[in-house]
Amino acid sequence: MRITQGTFSYLPDLTDEEIKAQLQYAIDRGWAVAVEFTDDPHPRNNLWEMWGLPMFDIADAAAGLAEIRACREAYPHRYVRVSAYDASYGRQTTALSFIVHRPPDEPGFRLDRQEASDRRTRYTLTPYAARQPHGRRYGEPPA
Amino acid sequence: MTGFALPTTPTQADPDSKTDESLPDDAVVDLGAWQKQLAISGVLDRLDAELVGVHPVKTRVREIAALLLVDRLRARFALTSTRPTLHMCFTGSPGTGKTTVALRMAEILKGLGYLRRGHLVSATRDDLVGEYVGHTAPKTKAVLNRAMGGVLLIDEAYYLYRADSERDYGPEAIEILLQVMEARRDDLVVILAGYRDRMDSFFTSNPGMASRIAHHIDFPDFTLDELVRIADLMVAGESHRFSPAARQAFREYMALRMAQPRFANARSVRNAIDRMRLRQASRLVAAGALVGKDDLIRLEPADITVSRVFGTGP
Repeated sequence: MRITQGTFSYLPDLTDEEIKAQLQYAIDRGWAVAVEFTDDPHPRNNLWEMWGLPMFDIADAAAGLAEIRACREAYPHRYVRVSAYDASYGRQTTALSFIVHRPPDEPGFRLDRQEASDRRTRYTLTPYAARQPHGRRYGEPPA
Repeated sequence: MTGFALPTTPTQADPDSKTDESLPDDAVVDLGAWQKQLAISGVLDRLDAELVGVHPVKTRVREIAALLLVDRLRARFALTSTRPTLHMCFTGSPGTGKTTVALRMAEILKGLGYLRRGHLVSATRDDLVGEYVGHTAPKTKAVLNRAMGGVLLIDEAYYLYRADSERDYGPEAIEILLQVMEARRDDLVVILAGYRDRMDSFFTSNPGMASRIAHHIDFPDFTLDELVRIADLMVAGESHRFSPAARQAFREYMALRMAQPRFANARSVRNAIDRMRLRQASRLVAAGALVGKDDLIRLEPADITVSRVFGTGP
């Protein structure tokens, strides 16, 4: 199951050229671009691991794209996303975030229904990959 | 359909259009008109107007500009050629305009469409080399990332390599630099600047660096006439003006100053002008008389001749 998170998630995966154009858009608006990766893409997991520091002072998208490529190469079996932080007063939040790399095989999520009192139902999403320990999910070979 | 439509590519075949649409074999392009459209001419003319002397530099800049222009034209005829390597090395005495030309070079390369951003990032050894193991690579990479799409100017590049110290992290920075200069030369242009002799020995100990730099440009020292013209430009830039006698006095001052040690070409001119402005201010204050606009603008011989270069002043 292809997970959909962030901007452009219902579009086909962006090509590197398209990613570069988006990065340039973010840079031109003064947003700090950061590359993040994870092997736990639960929708409630906002805190992915950071690939280096956010790039506060780059002027050209080529620099960001190079970091994305390096991250993909280091973690081919994990999700990689780009987030652009708008530090301007009054916003101070992530302005743009999209997935730029996903593992070759995405088994998806299991939906558990729990019967609670008064016929209420509680739902829990569990990624099938999370049955494996961290660092071995999505077919990642043990280090 | 409006709103989210993608911008359509222009159908009219203007010579500067970014489309890959190639020209037929028998097509002709008006190079002069194209050049104007690219606005490099403006940048090159400013180079001529604002930089006095440095003829070998201007010649080389024009050559590079012409090559890039012709290469773009060739691309329109679907003639393949690789992007030329544009890493450069500027050598010359202090104050001969290396940094100024590097700045201008960034503008020119952007005008030619070789660089996307055309900004200049200036770095020295401190910005590239770390203090402990594992510190150098991220530091160098951060600087390179910042310079992507523009020009990275490494001032006094020979400090990166210290032959006498084995535990120096300079070579690590050089290694990363070389890698990026080779693999990502589409994204940035590296300019090394420094004094001639030290640069030569730097290249001798780093042959990889020498071979990756296509353009070695030597900045000659300025002649007396050129220095006076530079002074005129600088004085005009500060909204001042030499009186005719003051210009003559300045000329004599420069002739004496050139013979003295630690003469730094245009930088010495800049310093001399700054001191002249000091003396002009104290002269006006000391006189305490009525002052008009012209008095504030004009520099007099008295502001120059008291210099210790003449052996009379303090």
